[in-house]
Amino acid sequence: MTTVRDIAGNEIEFGDDGYMLNPDDWNQDVAAELAKEIGIDPLTDRHWDVINFCREDYEEQGDAPTLRRISKVGGVPTKELYKLFPKGPAKKVAYVSGLKKPSGCI
Amino acid sequence: MFEETDRKLCIICSKGTLDMAYPGLVLANAALMEGIDVTMFFTFWGLDMINKKKMNDLKFVPIGNPTMGIPNAVGGLPGMTNIATKMMKKEIAQLDFPEVGEFLDVIVDSGGKMYACKMSVDMFEDMNMMEEEDLYDGIEAVVGATDFMEMSEGAQIIFI
Repeated sequence: MTTVRDIAGNEIEFGDDGYMLNPDDWNQDVAAELAKEIGIDPLTDRHWDVINFCREDYEEQGDAPTLRRISKVGGVPTKELYKLFPKGPAKKVAYVSGLKKPSGCI
Repeated sequence: MFEETDRKLCIICSKGTLDMAYPGLVLANAALMEGIDVTMFFTFWGLDMINKKKMNDLKFVPIGNPTMGIPNAVGGLPGMTNIATKMMKKEIAQLDFPEVGEFLDVIVDSGGKMYACKMSVDMFEDMNMMEEEDLYDGIEAVVGATDFMEMSEGAQIIFI
């Protein structure tokens, strides 16, 4: 069962797991709204660094990057990732970035 | 979505081989990624995982391991442990998992707490197998089993 919700004026389809089904429906307003939903408000430049990296990496690799990849390749240290997206950074980042639920173990 | 959890996990690491080190590290990191509170307790051979002189040089021993399909007579030949270790380390790196020392850094940076077992540290020191200074800098403290009991109150415990 998918659900359609109005996010910042966009009709967005979400899958059973609560993540956006189509990453192409995503835009910056959607990100800000989804972030607000999970208690991250406002999105700072540093949040955007992470989100933009994830979007770009997804375009290239076809998958939401792992935290290890975000820190190693994206250049945002693990400690900071946990501060920016507390208690579950990998999933929260993917959610806000409009990507699928991450499946990596690391 | 993303409800906060009060789940608490304690992982006891008691083994110092490469294949027994990773399960604890992977689970600790996964739990932290889920917002779960994590405490790691290193005891007996598990101390090698947090021994700066040994942590990145843990071995995988093919002998007595039927999964590998290597007969014990062959697995016991000189050099086989090093070959098997090299193979496993290569695989781990290919899957983009860090070495043990770096993995500990990731766990500490993610908010995981680590403790060394006092009895094991005392014993290994007596046997000249390590010095307390060899312990990984991210270790909170060397504590006894009763302290661990206090710390692990209400937690799920995994013994490896």
